[in-house]
Amino acid sequence: MSEDNEPRKPARRKVELDPKLAAYKGVWVFVEHERGQVHPVSWELMGEGRKLADRLGVELAGIVMGTPGPESRQFCSEAIHYGADLCYLMEDELLKDYRNEPYTKGLTDLVNSYQPEILLIGATTLGRDLAGSVATTLKTGLTADCTELAIDMENRSLAATRPTFGGSLLCTIVTLNYRPQMATVRPRVMAMPEKDGNRTGRIIEHSLGMVEESIITKVLEYIPDNLQGKPQLAFADIIVSGGRGMKKPENFQLIWDLAKVLGAEVGATRPIVQAGWVEADRQVGQSGKTVRPKLYIAAGISGAIQHRVGMEDSDVIIAINSDPNAPIFDFATYGIVGNAMVILPALTEAFRQHLSTARMAG
Amino acid sequence: MHIVVCIKQVPDSAQIRVHPVTNTIMRQGVPAIVNPYDLYSLEEALRIKDQYGGRVTVLSMGPPQAEAALRKAISFGADDAILVTDRAFAGSDTLATSYALASAISQIEKDIPIDMIFAGKQTIDGDTAQVGPGIAKRLDMQLLTYVSKVREVDLENRTITVERRAEGGVQVLKTRLPCLVTVLEGTNEMRFATMSNMFRAARYPLKTWDKEKAGIEDLTKIGLKGSPTIVSKVFAPTPKSVKAEIIDTESNQPKDLAVTLLAKLFTKKPNLVRDIAKNAP
Repeated sequence: MSEDNEPRKPARRKVELDPKLAAYKGVWVFVEHERGQVHPVSWELMGEGRKLADRLGVELAGIVMGTPGPESRQFCSEAIHYGADLCYLMEDELLKDYRNEPYTKGLTDLVNSYQPEILLIGATTLGRDLAGSVATTLKTGLTADCTELAIDMENRSLAATRPTFGGSLLCTIVTLNYRPQMATVRPRVMAMPEKDGNRTGRIIEHSLGMVEESIITKVLEYIPDNLQGKPQLAFADIIVSGGRGMKKPENFQLIWDLAKVLGAEVGATRPIVQAGWVEADRQVGQSGKTVRPKLYIAAGISGAIQHRVGMEDSDVIIAINSDPNAPIFDFATYGIVGNAMVILPALTEAFRQHLSTARMAG
Repeated sequence: MHIVVCIKQVPDSAQIRVHPVTNTIMRQGVPAIVNPYDLYSLEEALRIKDQYGGRVTVLSMGPPQAEAALRKAISFGADDAILVTDRAFAGSDTLATSYALASAISQIEKDIPIDMIFAGKQTIDGDTAQVGPGIAKRLDMQLLTYVSKVREVDLENRTITVERRAEGGVQVLKTRLPCLVTVLEGTNEMRFATMSNMFRAARYPLKTWDKEKAGIEDLTKIGLKGSPTIVSKVFAPTPKSVKAEIIDTESNQPKDLAVTLLAKLFTKKPNLVRDIAKNAP
């Protein structure tokens, strides 16, 4: 990704890859886990990785790093059930908690030893810390927060598409003369694949080769989040969101009112979060959360790419906007052209009545 | 205590518009601001300086106009500012950018040893979150990303203890100086610029470094040549083939619109009532 964000002239495609780099084969997915749980983004990536591997005609591997024991083995078989052909397993007590140093060394060693052509990592706090470090150590290209991954068969390169210019346009990025080609994808951007418990695959073990004394950063404590009362947008069934069209912070109460009737989470666009109307955890979009609810109600949201990529996979999208030409009407399911401040209370009341009728009907 | 803070001048992305016909970016009138995430890092660095003494040097790579971002940082209380600017850096991706910044930091270090580097969590234009980790790896420094609180800096033993945001909780990490820290948004609030710092910022003789002064040794590692990633195409999103069904009623009264909408919605998705009932009070 160009840091100065200038679109560059399309590069002259070199079809012939350096033979040393052509030796890099296979698609890898880093299996992120914390406190005994694999992050769902890893399985979402496994589904995506499967497609890429099939297109290239190569194997898909899961990368599991963790403490020795049944848990790590369990993660390997799960990775295979979600589509991997094999797993590379690195077990060491030093890998108990995520720390940049041992994980960077471990993953870098694995890449140098087994040479994959593509390495996918979830764009979580752990994944971004690790991906940025490993890409620098390997001196290769890394494309962050991709929304679409494909293979350009002309030169077997990974075409990674992501929003650019603050989310106004999309760009496709390739890493031609470097391997592996690395990409991160945020949670919920890709669909969760089906699990097949009958799939089997092999496990290849590789050791970390570090001692605790050589690791400078120590974990003193881990304080698990108290999730009570915290917004949980990523897995919410229903979300009501507001954007700049809500005009004043007081008007945002109308969003909360509708959300309350629906038992929904409240979301917002980046400008709303930046203005401090709602907390950062509620931001939906490229730099916030990606969501896939059954119902997404967008009020006073124009539908810029920045926001769109975070919610366009919602099952049903209802858009309320006073501008009939707002881009959100290009991809919403239903639209109401009108003033959100007037439409929202009417909608809240209509939902309230509909729900109480439905309840009485049992 | 010498802290280097890396900042970037970015277009205020909230104000970027795409031309509806030509699908090109309309840059005119889009103001340039200091990347908002960098301000949390700068403020945290200034607080450490307030508590432990020392100097804060701000560093930026960008076009000559990025000078404004550095002066802004001086007005908040930074002591020194260096702008790394050279045509040769144009087109640098994150790998090339971290190389250039790491080289410049090594040059700064020649004058005053560096104890800590602060960088923004990510930028609002690139949004990659890669340059901070990249600099740390190139300088072989300990890396602390997504820090939500600096608990303690122990100058005697040269250690730092921080709280770091992990996916399901907070890690308390202790490491050795020098280290590179990226700060989570909302960790602090940027102070107001004082009148005297504003005057100082206006008069400050900003240092401008070209590629030689920044200590770039290998020209193949910067700019387009030094960037493994290549933007092969920039395009506007394809509109969905099916546009929204616009709800229309004879009266177009809000109430009628809402009722009509719900009738359509629940006909299409009868199970939605159950999903709502599951969560609704």
